[in-house]
Order: sequence, then structure tokens, then C-alpha cells
Amino acid sequence: MDLAVEGLSHRYGDLDVLRNIELTIHEGEIVCVIGPSGCGKSTLLRLLGGLEEPSSGRIMQVGEQPVGSLNSLTYVFQDFALLPWRTVAGNVSLVLEHHGLGADEIEVRIADVLERTRLSDFRQAVPKQLSGGMKQRVALARALAVNPAVLLMDEPLSALDSQTSELLMHDLIDLWQREHFTSCYITHNLTEAVRLGHKVVVLSRRPGVIREIVEIDIELADRVMSNLRLGQIQKDLWQMVRDEAQTADMELTES
Amino acid sequence: MTNTTSQAYKPLAPVRPVRFRGGGFRTVPRRFIGLIVFAMLILLWEGGSRTGLISALVLPAPSQALDAFIDLALSGNLQKHVFASLQRLIFGFSLGFTAGLIVGAAIGLNSYMRAGLSPLVAAIFPIPKIALLPLFIIWFGIGEGSKIATIFFGCFFPTVIATYGGIDNVDRTLIRMGQSFNMPHRDIIWKIIMPAALPAILSGMRISASIAIILLVAAEMIGAEFGIGAYVLLAGNLMATDQLIAGVGMLSILGLIVNWLIGTAEKRLLDWRN
Ligand SMILES: Nc1ncnc2c1ncn2[C@@H]1O[C@H](COP(=O)(O)OP(=O)(O)OP(=O)(O)O)[C@@H](O)[C@H]1O
Ligand SMILES: [Mg+2]
Repeated sequence: MDLAVEGLSHRYGDLDVLRNIELTIHEGEIVCVIGPSGCGKSTLLRLLGGLEEPSSGRIMQVGEQPVGSLNSLTYVFQDFALLPWRTVAGNVSLVLEHHGLGADEIEVRIADVLERTRLSDFRQAVPKQLSGGMKQRVALARALAVNPAVLLMDEPLSALDSQTSELLMHDLIDLWQREHFTSCYITHNLTEAVRLGHKVVVLSRRPGVIREIVEIDIELADRVMSNLRLGQIQKDLWQMVRDEAQTADMELTES
Repeated sequence: MTNTTSQAYKPLAPVRPVRFRGGGFRTVPRRFIGLIVFAMLILLWEGGSRTGLISALVLPAPSQALDAFIDLALSGNLQKHVFASLQRLIFGFSLGFTAGLIVGAAIGLNSYMRAGLSPLVAAIFPIPKIALLPLFIIWFGIGEGSKIATIFFGCFFPTVIATYGGIDNVDRTLIRMGQSFNMPHRDIIWKIIMPAALPAILSGMRISASIAIILLVAAEMIGAEFGIGAYVLLAGNLMATDQLIAGVGMLSILGLIVNWLIGTAEKRLLDWRN
């Protein structure tokens, strides 16, 4: 299933946040969105999944949903959003319980996603016992459990320390290579963007408009640090983002 | 540096160790200290009474209060007083708490309810409910009704406020998460909002329970044949200070038991917090 954004604009009262966004997220690709702080990235993601209504424009789901999908547009939140009183398995089960599935089907799905995210040994742990990276893997497992068509991720690694986030980045790349999931991935981090994104969307400072969409046609597996072309792309992206970021920064301190 | 056991210092430079200064300001659980203080106080009190330092008129000795308690138990009136009080307490508290929980949840979850009811709650909450007792006697009769109503209203308002305050403070991202997985409203309320508000609700319960005991005694002092409050009042009227202390001791123990029950509930239900 593709996700198509058509002429999307959004405002909060007088605040123009997004303007005329046109974008298609094709099945099986990861679209990374970068842009300066406060330009409306999180807002865009909330609009994509229907957590907020756009002021104008629309978002269309194109094509068939994957079989067995319980929730086609599924989020992975920056701060995990796990229920602290439920175990790892309980947190996954939470999003399956209201679909009228049988107890064994729920159990099968839980076991499957915990296996895929290498959490099987931790199914009875509670979030408090887990490190940040593990918590985010639980959140990822929960998202995968409903077999989503598109994974909507808002800076999923930014609450983690750099080593943990490196590990989780590997997990995401592995996962994509195995399952070719579709995703919109918001990030501040250009390295993340060039390592995961098939497309990188560069937003301008607020009101966010699309400055450029950079396609990266290098296999995810081949995107190593030493890849010269990748380094060049990252440099170009940085050029684009830097001026915007600088101006946005000044604006914030002035107001 | 390879030499780890002994350091070569700069000649003649003053050498001093770093002094530890990070101690104190940390509560460490010290068991039995509370019990020892309590026992010492009782002993001092008993000693003071025996030696005549404390006049029996001013304050009877703990042993005398204990005698009065044993007399009460032997006369068979102890059960009657305790039973009457417990009955009122349990009825008034559980009804008030349940109703408060329902109304508090309604205010927390529905903006019409909030707009309509929360000013009303704010207006009635600060009234000492005991001031309304004469009114309750007219409405519900001099018997059990007015006493239970007093306790009911005393527990109702703090519970309402604790419940909707707790619901207000539920992490919005958790609710968002529930919505993003298409959870029905009913599930979001029961599986996310209520468990998240539970700590606040339980601390509200602690407050309501102590208010309930205060109101119980006050209501029993105004008109009751049996009940710990009535017993204390009668003792006061007769200047029987030993009985008075015995009654007050019973109230203290009742308070401790209630506190312990709620503490246990908290430990059971909120063990995910630590
Ligand atoms: N619910 C809201 N009501 C009013 N203004 C909002 C709301 N949510 C976001 N904004 C404003 O919209 C702008 C864009 O916010 P958004 O969170 O989408 O930015 P962002 O690009 O995700 O920023 P960051 O990089 O810091 O995460 C900000 O100026 C923010 O203050
Ligand atoms: Mg954001």
C-alpha cells in the first residue's frame, strides 16, 4: 500500500506550520523527513496517521492493505509510549486485544514479533527494567504485531544514547532487508537519514515546505560509512539544512 | 604511570586527603526506632503518673486507660460500640468513595460534565460537612441515615477531586498511542486512563479515609447511643478520663488499621512503580 499526500497544508490558529506538501510514500520504501526544529515534522507525521486533521489537502491510502493487517498506519513514538504497569508481552497484547482475535492467535502474534525483535527472553519484564534501546524495541514489536502497512516513526532513536541508537539502527536495517516494510521516518540526524532513507525529504523552516526530495539509490546493505557517494549526499543535505537551521535558530531566539 | 601502590609527591608540597562531605540528607529506613520512641513515651507517662508527677485528674495513667478498656470489653459493650462505628464507617466510606469515583471519572472524561459539575464540586468541597449534619438529620433522620450521609459527603468530594485530577495528569502520549492503534474509547479508559490515574485515586482514598474517621466521631458525638464517638463523649461528660483515653486509643488503632489497609492496596496495585 502506498501513502499519498496531496496539497497538504496545516495551521494552528495563526501559526502556519506546513504548506502545500506533495509526497508519495511507495510500498516497501523508507522515506526520511529532515528539517530544522519546529518546522512541522511531527505535525506532518500526526497528519499522515490521522491523529490530526489537516487544514487543507488530503492523505490517501492507495492499494491493498497487507493481509492480516489490523492497523494499517502504525506509529513508533519517540518516547516509546509503553504502559509501565504491563509487561513486554502485555504491552504488545494491549493493541491486539480489541480485535476479537482468539487467545491463541494473540499469543502467536506476540511470540512472533518478540522473536523478530529478539525480545523473547524478556517477555515478562516490565518497562522499568529495560534500557531505552530495549524499550524502543518493545515499541517496535508492538507496532509490528498489528502487521502495519506503513510504519510512522517520529525520531525513534533520539531518546537513546549513541551506542544504543547505533544498535537499533542496525536492527531496523536488518528488519527492512528481511521484510521490506514501508515507513515514514522523521529524524534530526542526517546520518540516520542517509543510512535508512530511500528518499530523503528536506523541509524548510516553518512554514514547512518541501525544499527538495533526494533519492538515494544505494542498497541499504551497501551504505557503509566509507561509501564516498553516501558521504557526498550527506554533505549536500547538510548544506541544504544548515542555512535553514541557522535562520530558524535566530528566529526562535528573537521571539 | 606504572607505580600504583605508592605515589611520588612533589617535594615539600602540602599533602592532604580529600574529605568525604556527601553524607546526610538521605532517609535510611531505621526499623523499630518508631516503636521504641512510642514505648518510651508510654513508660515515661506511666512512671510520671505512678510517682504523682502527673496528677490523675489531669491525665490518667496508661494502665488505668487499659483497665477501663478491659472493663468495657468485659461489660460486653465493646463489640456494640465498635460494631456500630465500623458499620457506619464502611457504609459511608464505600458509598462515598464509589460515587466519588464515578463522578470524578465523568468529570475527567467528559467536557460537559466538567463544565457543569466541577464548579459545583469546588463550591461544596470546602464546606466542613459536619456543619451540614443538622440538615442531614432533618433529611435522613436522627438515626443511621444522617451519620452515613455525613461520612458519605465527606468522602465523596475528595475522591471526585483526586479522580479527575489523576485523569487530567495521565500522560497524553499514552492516550495518543491508544488512539493510534484504533483502541475503542472503552478500552482506552479501562486499560490506559484508569490504571494511570490509580496512584492519584489511591492517595485520594487515603485522605477520604481519614476524613471519614473524623466525621464518624463527630457525627456520633452529636447523637448516638453506640459508637466509639458516643463512648468518648459520654466519658468526657462524666469526667472519666481513663475511659476517654481508652476511646481515643481505639480511634488511633482504627486509623492505623485503615492506613495499613490502603498501604497494602497501594503496594499490591502499584508495584510497577518501583
Ligand atoms: N497542538 C499544537 N498547537 C499549537 N501549535 C503547535 C501544536 N503542535 C505543534 N505546534 C507548533 O507547530 C510547530 C511545528 O511543530 P512540530 O512539533 O511539528 O515541529 P517539529 O519539526 O517536529 O520540531 P522538532 O524538530 O523540535 O521535533 C511548532 O512551532 C510548534 O510550536
Ligand atoms: Mg518533532
